[in-house]
Amino acid sequence: MPLSRVAVQKVGKRFGQHRALVGVDVELAAGEVCALLGPNGAGKSTLVGILSTLVRPSSGDVTYVEGDAARRADDRLRREIGLLAHASLCYGELTAVENLVFFAGLYGVAEPQARAHALLDQVGLDGKARERTVRTYSRGMVQRLALARALVADPSLLLLDEPFTGLDRGGALALGQRLGQARADGAIVVVVTHDLEAIAEVTDHVVILRRGQLVHVEKKRGFTYAELRDVYHRHAD
Amino acid sequence: MPIDGLSENLTMPASCPPRAQRRTTMVVGPSFLRTAGAVAAKDLRVELRSREVVYTMTFFAAVIVVVFSFAFVKDQKALIEAVPGVAWAAVVFAGTIGLGRAFDREREGDTMRALLLSPAPRLAVFAGKTVAITALVIAVEAVVLPLCLLFFNVDLGAAVLHLALILALGALGFSVVGTVFAAMLLRVRSRDVLLPVVLYPILVPMIMAGTKATGALLAGATGDAWFWTQFLAAYDAVFVIVSLWTFEALVIE
Ligand SMILES: Nc1ncnc2c1ncn2[C@@H]1O[C@H](COP(=O)(O)OP(=O)(O)OP(=O)(O)O)[C@@H](O)[C@H]1O
Ligand SMILES: [Mg+2]
Repeated sequence: MPLSRVAVQKVGKRFGQHRALVGVDVELAAGEVCALLGPNGAGKSTLVGILSTLVRPSSGDVTYVEGDAARRADDRLRREIGLLAHASLCYGELTAVENLVFFAGLYGVAEPQARAHALLDQVGLDGKARERTVRTYSRGMVQRLALARALVADPSLLLLDEPFTGLDRGGALALGQRLGQARADGAIVVVVTHDLEAIAEVTDHVVILRRGQLVHVEKKRGFTYAELRDVYHRHAD
Repeated sequence: MPIDGLSENLTMPASCPPRAQRRTTMVVGPSFLRTAGAVAAKDLRVELRSREVVYTMTFFAAVIVVVFSFAFVKDQKALIEAVPGVAWAAVVFAGTIGLGRAFDREREGDTMRALLLSPAPRLAVFAGKTVAITALVIAVEAVVLPLCLLFFNVDLGAAVLHLALILALGALGFSVVGTVFAAMLLRVRSRDVLLPVVLYPILVPMIMAGTKATGALLAGATGDAWFWTQFLAAYDAVFVIVSLWTFEALVIE
């Protein structure tokens, strides 16, 4: 069952003495794209890690809601989460197809082979490249594969940490479209990015972090680049 | 077309059916055995492609055996009494190299995180990695054993099968304990130093039993050899259970 809502309540994270997040409250809803913004080191990736269930918050907690019922962070919940992180999360010694077939298997996706090729069609990685090992890929090709991997089980909570990195203009435009589609499908989408232009149009929800603290939240269906840039400069700088 | 293999655009909307339709193509959660099998097969495929880990391990183990066969000499002949120590040292040291490399591979693309993030049972992931490492260690033993017999002039006859069993049990015990600690130390910077430090003390009973069993077998004391073989099997059983119990708690950040 897809997730309908995720509530982040008073979440804090310390790394030793360093406080990466301090009392962050965020409410994420289905069918919305949340742009998680902030300067380097603001704690964006840390929050994404916590949302992915792989990083334990030092205080506060995250509630995942399906329909009306809260869910425990277990195997079945992880089924609903798709993550694109700073690292590719793929094996360099395997080909794109082998990587996706492997992960499709772990997620219990039917017909992994067909799924892998469909995903690679979607992210625009085609031809001979699919059968080459990932180690030989360019930066943008790795990024496209990482995106395909995040989408492998059609997640209802899609966490994308700097997804535009390395993509060419065509890739960035199409990723923007794909985010719009995920939104229309009723997924919860969180995008961390510094590329305000690429994300503005599909953004419903802006969350700005600075030094681990939530400094601004704004909801509005779609922003113009100028609006989003303005919001960012007013609160993040 | 900008780069080979990249189409001009992502062609998402056209080839992507609505969510409701896509959902139906899922089967129920992946089973334990299927996941473990997939993880082990993936590890072995990666290794078969580069062969770097198994070559390094085997070469290292072979050098130990050969060097010691020339070092331990009495009356112009290699000393049979040295065989248990040499064989087990070779296996354990080579295994440590393999273990470190096998987990370095999961660090490269941060793929350990991807494994833990998947809904597959974490214990199945652990079991898969253990199976793959056991296979590597057994591959090394398949070279070490004949080398030992050859360089130390041992004729075991049919008891060689018993020795193979002892070594296989050792490979399993080593891999189970090793996988837990290697996974636990994955994010620690000084893991290469720490791994042997935490691993070897726990392996001591296994190494002792292994050398005792091997020694007894070479001396023709079959009864003793079986006693220590059972000890090894019990050690393996205990650590399989303990690791299954603790693995999940150990790997979360
Ligand atoms: N594993 C860790 N150990 C220690 N400190 C960490 C760890 N991970 C993150 N930090 C610290 O937490 C803070 C937030 O890091 P985080 O990666 O979340 O930032 P970010 O907003 O994603 O930055 P960027 O835009 O550069 O990706 C930083 O000061 C960082 O040094
Ligand atoms: Mg970051």
